[in-house]
Amino acid sequence: MDNPLTRAEDFFKEDGIDSSKLIGRSLGNRLLTGLCIALSFAALVPLASILYLVVKNGLPLLGWSIFTQLPPAAGMTGGGFGNAVIGTLLMVGIGLALSGPPGILAAIYICEYEPGGRLASITRFTAKLLTGIPSIICGVFAFAAIVLATGKFSSLAGGVALGVLMLPTILLTSEQALLGVQRAYREASYGLGATRFQTIRRIVLPEAMPAIMTGVMLAVARAAGETAPLVFTALFSQFWMSSLMEPTASLAVLIYNFSIVPFEYQVKMAWTASLVLVLLVTATNVTAQLVFSKKH
Amino acid sequence: MTTDKTNSGGIEGSVARRLPDFFRWITALGAVSAVFVLGWIFWEVFEEAKPALEEYGLGFLTGAHWQPNRDRYGVLPFLVGTVATAVIALLLAFPPGLAIAIFLSEDFLPRTAREFVRFVVELLAAIPSVVYGLWGIFVVVPLIQSLGTWVTERFGHLPFLSGPAYGNSLLTAGVVLALMVLPTITAISRASLVAVPRTLREGAYALGATRWEAILGVILPTAAPGVVAATILALGRAMGETMAVAMLIGNSSRLSWSLFAPSGTLASLLANQFGEAEGMQVAALMYAALVLVALTLAVNFAGEAVLRYTERRTAGIR
Repeated sequence: MDNPLTRAEDFFKEDGIDSSKLIGRSLGNRLLTGLCIALSFAALVPLASILYLVVKNGLPLLGWSIFTQLPPAAGMTGGGFGNAVIGTLLMVGIGLALSGPPGILAAIYICEYEPGGRLASITRFTAKLLTGIPSIICGVFAFAAIVLATGKFSSLAGGVALGVLMLPTILLTSEQALLGVQRAYREASYGLGATRFQTIRRIVLPEAMPAIMTGVMLAVARAAGETAPLVFTALFSQFWMSSLMEPTASLAVLIYNFSIVPFEYQVKMAWTASLVLVLLVTATNVTAQLVFSKKH
Repeated sequence: MTTDKTNSGGIEGSVARRLPDFFRWITALGAVSAVFVLGWIFWEVFEEAKPALEEYGLGFLTGAHWQPNRDRYGVLPFLVGTVATAVIALLLAFPPGLAIAIFLSEDFLPRTAREFVRFVVELLAAIPSVVYGLWGIFVVVPLIQSLGTWVTERFGHLPFLSGPAYGNSLLTAGVVLALMVLPTITAISRASLVAVPRTLREGAYALGATRWEAILGVILPTAAPGVVAATILALGRAMGETMAVAMLIGNSSRLSWSLFAPSGTLASLLANQFGEAEGMQVAALMYAALVLVALTLAVNFAGEAVLRYTERRTAGIR
């Protein structure tokens, strides 16, 4: 490799300047490189262990019936977690419905209408603060605002908690997506006599849409795996749900509940639910990246 | 705004002419709603915490006992647990996190190897917290249990290593948290390493520095504030992380200094007790939530400030 370093070393060696020191330096260089690479690949070990165990322990119970049946009672075997899959999809859906429109609209306001304005900088700051708030606080908020107010644990409360969680992600990624649209496109549009609204609707949004969808899907993937906001808002249920105002099962809470019980079958089910959840989250993530890279 | 008026043409009619302004207001409403949500969160938590705030005041922070059956609430053990697990996690995650960041920003190995490591780190970030918890129960808990037994037998006279050793302990939670914050440290550190101006790097090489002399002498010092910011933001994440910790820490409300003793964090306390809390306990938990928010916001605020300082500092050199 034509490296300036090696060239410099060769230069010194030829002149015979302090070659013992040079060997030390070069040795130290290799040592640190090796250490750095070793540490990097050491991070693989736990990840490999997690993936291996999730697949190994999760596969035996994975089958069609697990998606169509109800969880077994304590100590019993058989059944599935169909209600938890539906509950997860429903609550992520509620969260998306609540946070998607305001998040994207706020991003449009920040980027297109008043980039330097006061409301824009306050909103941006707020979104940053919201990303820093622990996810369990979203649950605490939904508990106070919905559960205490209605007197019931419900999927609505869970959905609201997930919505709060998703809002800053959607807002900030949409902002980045809009910032990615070239200035020249906007100027060309104005130059052709389009209004600002026409420019946003016909030029900017279509151009930014793939990146916005990526952000939305990343938010969905994150929310689907979250347990903390649901554990005391949606709680859990052994049954199919019949309304938005009753305790509702989710995959994440099922894993939590079943992992700490002494029944072998339930623990196996927690692993299978983990496998399904990891597949769901990874698939969403990968799709999000593909949607994005297709355009750019 | 002005462009809205100059042209909407006769083609789209008067409704279309009004639409632009209307749309502007809708987007502004979106922006306001985000601000409103943050305010609502604070108000709601504060309002519910009020009875506990009035009853216990600041003594809540220094009280060492959490006894719902006697309506006695002090959050100190959980405060200590929160800080301790987060610090353990950072101590463990920082060296590999930074090493990976350096590895990803230099050209030690071909691009494909780097892309692979990057993919792995992103995957670590995508795995849900409960799955870490489940894995921890079956892998890390037995490991720490046997390690703890060995260590406490020999070094039990030290307060931090005193026995008896439990599998569900402060250290177990810290170890799993380390894995969870590693991607944060790596991603932000890498960004600040990549942002180091080429000229500095090349200048170091031109002066005869080896690769690591350049990294340790020039590149890292330049990127240092970014690395510090990464660490602070990771600390914020570690303090707020809930499920994996709740599943692994043993959930004790007794104040203990040993790494191998069960403990609790603010977040795990909330996760465990909210579902069945009543009366004053709800208020006390809301107060604890308020403490957690204050703590994480302060940490994140510091991290963001350092990050912005870094950006400003390197912006000048090109």
